[in-house]
Amino acid sequence: MNEHFIQFSYFVAALLFILSLRWLNHPRTARRGVAAGAAGMAAAIVGTLLAPEIVDYKWIAIALVIGTAAGIPLSRVALTAVPQRTALSHAFGGLAAGLVGTAKYIIWLEHGQLTTFRVSAIALEVILGFLTFTGSLMAAGKLQEIIPTRPITYRNQNLVNFMLLTVAVLSGVYLAFGDPHFWPAYVALVVLSLAFGILLILPIGGADMPTVISLLNSYAGLSAVAMGFVLDNKLLIIAGALDGSSGLILSIIMCRAMNRSFANVLFGAFGQVQAVAATGEAKTVKSATPQDVADIMTHADRVVIVPGYGMAVAQAQHRVHELYDLLTKRGVDVKFAIHPVAGRMPGHMNVLLAEAEIPYEALVEMDDINPEMPQTDVCLVVGANDVVNPAARHDKGSPIFGMPIIDADRAKTVVAIKRSMNPGFAGIENELYYDDRTLMAFGDAKQVLGEVVKAVSGDGGGH
Amino acid sequence: MGELDLWSMLFVFMLATFVGFQVIQNVSRLLHTPLMSLTNAISAIAVVGSILIAGERESDVTTMLGVVAVAASMTNIVSGFLITDRMLKMFREKQK
Repeated sequence: MNEHFIQFSYFVAALLFILSLRWLNHPRTARRGVAAGAAGMAAAIVGTLLAPEIVDYKWIAIALVIGTAAGIPLSRVALTAVPQRTALSHAFGGLAAGLVGTAKYIIWLEHGQLTTFRVSAIALEVILGFLTFTGSLMAAGKLQEIIPTRPITYRNQNLVNFMLLTVAVLSGVYLAFGDPHFWPAYVALVVLSLAFGILLILPIGGADMPTVISLLNSYAGLSAVAMGFVLDNKLLIIAGALDGSSGLILSIIMCRAMNRSFANVLFGAFGQVQAVAATGEAKTVKSATPQDVADIMTHADRVVIVPGYGMAVAQAQHRVHELYDLLTKRGVDVKFAIHPVAGRMPGHMNVLLAEAEIPYEALVEMDDINPEMPQTDVCLVVGANDVVNPAARHDKGSPIFGMPIIDADRAKTVVAIKRSMNPGFAGIENELYYDDRTLMAFGDAKQVLGEVVKAVSGDGGGH
Repeated sequence: MGELDLWSMLFVFMLATFVGFQVIQNVSRLLHTPLMSLTNAISAIAVVGSILIAGERESDVTTMLGVVAVAASMTNIVSGFLITDRMLKMFREKQK
């Protein structure tokens, strides 16, 4: 009877998890999705606590309290820090998988119950779990800028990493098909997986973090699937598969948005040197004052704002919101063009703008906004750089050649707010800034926008 | 565990991956950050495996491994669901 109840709770949980993701298809139903997911989780935990194998609840209770106490502050971080928090939670997921796999190995080792199938599943779970654990900690460190964000490389790096992983896998194969009781091979497998996670992320630059986080998300999901095979638990397999496929889809979207392959992201050490080649010819830019910017924008019919992570760094999103409100009240059509890699994780920019109270209908994806760019009067670029660089379309020598961009240069006028003419992260010159139709407003984004807002509201033309 | 269990688990895995791909491709692109924190919380279902290990009293070592795993999973559950809801609350429609 009890076993049936437990399986029933898992069955309900699996159903609720699928519905939970289903409801994320629209912002209107999305919060229902969270409720469904949490209800499913509660059902599964209650069901598990009734399992007859459990003889001691004290330690479980202590661990649940510790987890809750740690989880609440982690849910309250600033939205700019959400990528780090996400990486950290992938690390915890990987850690849990690695530890459960290890505990099962020890238990079955003592009881002499290790079979080829069990050891294979444990090896898979533990390799994926522990490499996700250290890899995600590294990614979180890079995002938090505790660890240098530039790629760290050394000779034969890919070869060394590959050998480490191979030896780890061979240890697993030996345990599965040779002698499962030879525990030093298990220790080697754990240590090598932990080391591999660190070394895998070392050569990856800060700009590739959106892809890396997505990929680690996928690994964390797959380690949960492997745990399901170890524990003979179909709910774990389902939840892990949902997580794994989500991570995979997001990584594919991120790779496409940067025109890169997985191999290139993982092994390419992108954005490391690229000293700016001196371009000989002196180019001129047109600069504009905040008052000029205000004048152009109030006389426009259609405005598209292209936000980049620089906007969030400058804490300028609330000024952007004020500008949005003022212009909208005057009847100007204002939209935001969101590049898939804007921000530091998939969808990050949408969350940052939603926090600044910009309605989500105004947030338009790159593919949908590009056809509208030629009819756009003013394109305002705030803190974005490479995603509006036309070189991606035509300059075969550019490191970002082939990357899909927002067609800012096709708008009638472009206004770019920038601290200085220093190029972006990869040291790539942006020809957009030298275009005849481009006006540069130099200064801190928050300050410049504050002055633009003041000029627009003082203008008195509207209400 | 019998060989047939392995096959039924592989079937479940295959079908769940397929469902995952279908459902996630329909998730609004606006919500990809909440998607990641939600799937993160969901895959912390690893907590059920961890609870069994922590409660079995097999040995002190395995109990401790289980306890750390429960705490790590519970952290993901609590922070994952709470932060997803916090972010989703911010998405508002245009006021008409």
